[in-house]
Amino acid sequence: MSAFTHARTSDRIRLLLRRVLPWSAPVLAALGIAAVVAWPDTYLHATAARMFPLALLAVSVCVVTGHAGLPTLGQVAPYAAGAYTTAHLALHGVADAALHLLAAAAAGAMVAALVGVVLARYRGTVVLMLSLAVAELTTITASQWRTVSGGTDGLAGIPAPRLLPGLPPLLDDRAVLLYAAAVAATATAVAMRLLGGNRQLLLSAVRGNEARAAASGHRVTTYLWVVHAGAGAVAGIGGALLIHTHRWITPADVGFTSAALALLAVVIGGTASLPGAVVGAVMVLGVRDVVAVDLPGHAPLLLGALFVAAVYLLPGGLTALPARLRRSLRVLRPPANGPDTTAPHMSRRTS
Amino acid sequence: MSIVRVDADDRVPSRRASGDLDRAHSGGLVATGLRHAYQRLTVLDLDSFTVAPGDRHAIIGPNGAGKSTLLNILAGTTRTRTGTITYNGTVITRRGAGWRGRAGIGRTFQHPAVYPDLTVLDGVRIGGWHHRRHPERTPLELLELVGLTDYADYPAAALSHGHRRMLDLAVALAGQPRVLLLDEPAAGLTDTETGRLLQVLTGLPGWMAIVLVEHHMDVVAAVADWITVLHQGRRHTDGPADTVRADPAVAALYLGHGGDDAARR
Amino acid sequence: MRVDAYLMSAVDGIAYGLLLAIAAAGLTVSFGAGGVLNLAHGTLIALGGYVAAAISTGTWASLAAAVALATVAGAAGGGVLAAATARLRGRRGHLDQALLTLGIALIGADLLTIAFGPDVLRPQLPTALDGTATVAGHRYPVDRLAVLGIAVLIAAAGYVVLHHTRAGRLVWATVDDRAMVAGIGVNPAVVDATVLVAAGALAGVAGALTTPILGVGPGTAETTLLLSLVIVVCGGLGSVPGAVIAAVGVGVVQTVGVIAVPALAPYLLIAAMAVVLLARVSPLQGEVGS
Repeated sequence: MSAFTHARTSDRIRLLLRRVLPWSAPVLAALGIAAVVAWPDTYLHATAARMFPLALLAVSVCVVTGHAGLPTLGQVAPYAAGAYTTAHLALHGVADAALHLLAAAAAGAMVAALVGVVLARYRGTVVLMLSLAVAELTTITASQWRTVSGGTDGLAGIPAPRLLPGLPPLLDDRAVLLYAAAVAATATAVAMRLLGGNRQLLLSAVRGNEARAAASGHRVTTYLWVVHAGAGAVAGIGGALLIHTHRWITPADVGFTSAALALLAVVIGGTASLPGAVVGAVMVLGVRDVVAVDLPGHAPLLLGALFVAAVYLLPGGLTALPARLRRSLRVLRPPANGPDTTAPHMSRRTS
Repeated sequence: MSIVRVDADDRVPSRRASGDLDRAHSGGLVATGLRHAYQRLTVLDLDSFTVAPGDRHAIIGPNGAGKSTLLNILAGTTRTRTGTITYNGTVITRRGAGWRGRAGIGRTFQHPAVYPDLTVLDGVRIGGWHHRRHPERTPLELLELVGLTDYADYPAAALSHGHRRMLDLAVALAGQPRVLLLDEPAAGLTDTETGRLLQVLTGLPGWMAIVLVEHHMDVVAAVADWITVLHQGRRHTDGPADTVRADPAVAALYLGHGGDDAARR
Repeated sequence: MRVDAYLMSAVDGIAYGLLLAIAAAGLTVSFGAGGVLNLAHGTLIALGGYVAAAISTGTWASLAAAVALATVAGAAGGGVLAAATARLRGRRGHLDQALLTLGIALIGADLLTIAFGPDVLRPQLPTALDGTATVAGHRYPVDRLAVLGIAVLIAAAGYVVLHHTRAGRLVWATVDDRAMVAGIGVNPAVVDATVLVAAGALAGVAGALTTPILGVGPGTAETTLLLSLVIVVCGGLGSVPGAVIAAVGVGVVQTVGVIAVPALAPYLLIAAMAVVLLARVSPLQGEVGS
């Protein structure tokens, strides 16, 4: 009898957790940003603001890798398209931030749609292989197309954007941080919203058993292509943020390192969780910025070590951590009446 | 819509009446000249194959006879380099599995195909996606038909083998097929489950064209009105179900090649 | 004179292509057999190159030692990869393996730069190899011809091993049907590991032999990885003859293209790959029928 009530209490706690947990990430993130904004150090503001472009790139990679099931390094292509579009708009006197974001999203979506024509036909590690070529091509293009990119020196002195036509340019570090956080949060929220409901169901089905989905009449490749193009828009917005937070760009910013960093952030965050990707990106960049002080010039070494560590120590990423902890706790403390989580009666609805 | 008539000489001709071909051209499948080879090994070499609305067409034969390959080619999962397939009088040879699924060619898989992360109910909803506004039968009705109502909210990965088979069938039926291709639906089922399967199969609407690949002769006997025996990718025998089942040559074929499979059941 | 320059670089291209083919053969077989996408492949080539450049001091003995040590270093690198990836199997195994090799590649590239510096190195060759030879009225550098000859020898030896030994047939069988190989009592994981070690050795020797032509520097790993992947994809994923043909094409485009249209050379390669991918009749491994 007491075991019974105990089980019901734990069920209630579990239910409560399930309601509260989805909100914990945004609330914690908002608190974190508020703390950073309140901190008097402007260097910290600038450093924090500069994390958001890569965080959005990671979100884009997460959409493609986790939701479409196509592991990719190639989202730097739409990222670069968004960044250079924004840079040139700003250099040609268009200062409206909203216009920048829209144009960058469109450019990113277009580039990703083109790349997706090839990538969406493949699955698994072959996609990774092909997307590596896309990333390389992006770097090569960025360093060779001098009229657009300014060569390896890049473009500097890009004017700051204005939020609204009458307002002063967005130069203050604290304001830039708030702006970047707001754009990144909005873009992530919209992406999550768009990937919810029926679309989530369809993508989950396609990832789970593609042959079955095709036999039921689903246009699998088209679905994945659309998701890939949509993720391109997110990456494009990330590119616009890159310009808005840095106000200069070199081909190295849209290079292989950024692609690998974003993929690493996704692996750390848990491949299908968009907030997880943001957290992963902030963690990776944070570690890099801290360690870079002691080991200048060895970012790749650190990045590689993090990759190895993430693959070995964090299978499934941060989002799988609670479940893994629970399982290892259960190993330590065997349950009294113990059907495990895989038994049907748990009724895990995936939604 | 171009109407294509195909008549081919078979080395072992199908003994179907010529009227059957007309019926197959309106609402059924007609395939000619199907050849499929894996490396240098011929898997399937079939001059013609037809299934018309209302047909209950069983395909039997020892392991490796090309039964699953034929089914995969008809469903569009495997592409042929040769031959022509028409459905409802339209050439569909170059159409993919998705197009054929939407057009009304449904199928189940030899290894029951389910969406591991989705619930049973959601899986059926995905199966009937293109008819979700006006379903003939709602997903819950389909689950009741195959006896999975109690499992509607379970993830498909948690189901037993037999339940997965039934789910695969429910998902295929949710697509409201006019032609239903069943790949060994009774393999691995318990006697009770086989009974349930037979109940579902015999209760399917009379206008539906069904192709049944099966080793389990009881199921074939209960469902099929016509049997094609495949052997090494070619038509071995073809005829009304009773005649073929009584044919000693067919029994010899089974006993000679992979016969243990049939004998055990 | 200008034609001579093209012709010379075409020979370079064929030599370079054959070397890439030797390296890519390992990559394509390990992908075809075990599904391991080895993104550290370029790093192994660079490792071989650096070892060769550091050891070769201009004497014949040091040259032989350089090539041998580069091969051993490559094989050791392959062994590290095999040990690291062996434990990652299961549903997400292949992706985890690829990510792991990516991490190892990043670490390796950085370590190589720490050890050998940021400059492009070239090995000191014996003086006999430093001159030029006249063949059919055209003058070629001797070292290129020597590299070409050795590349042909290795390719031929590789062909014999792959097609006429039990080990080679076992590798093919694993590419074809893993379950079947397990069924005859051979652990496919052992085949995978062996293939990775052999692929590492080939990458090492290819790296050592490439250095006289192109040198070896911080960009070598990335460039050769990309070229190898293009070769593997164009050659048809898992096919060695396809890889060899593609590799010679890539080598020629890379060397002649860099002289003729420097800005467009990378695009030529990627465009060729895109055309191959879009125009293929038979689906590749990992591709889905639409």
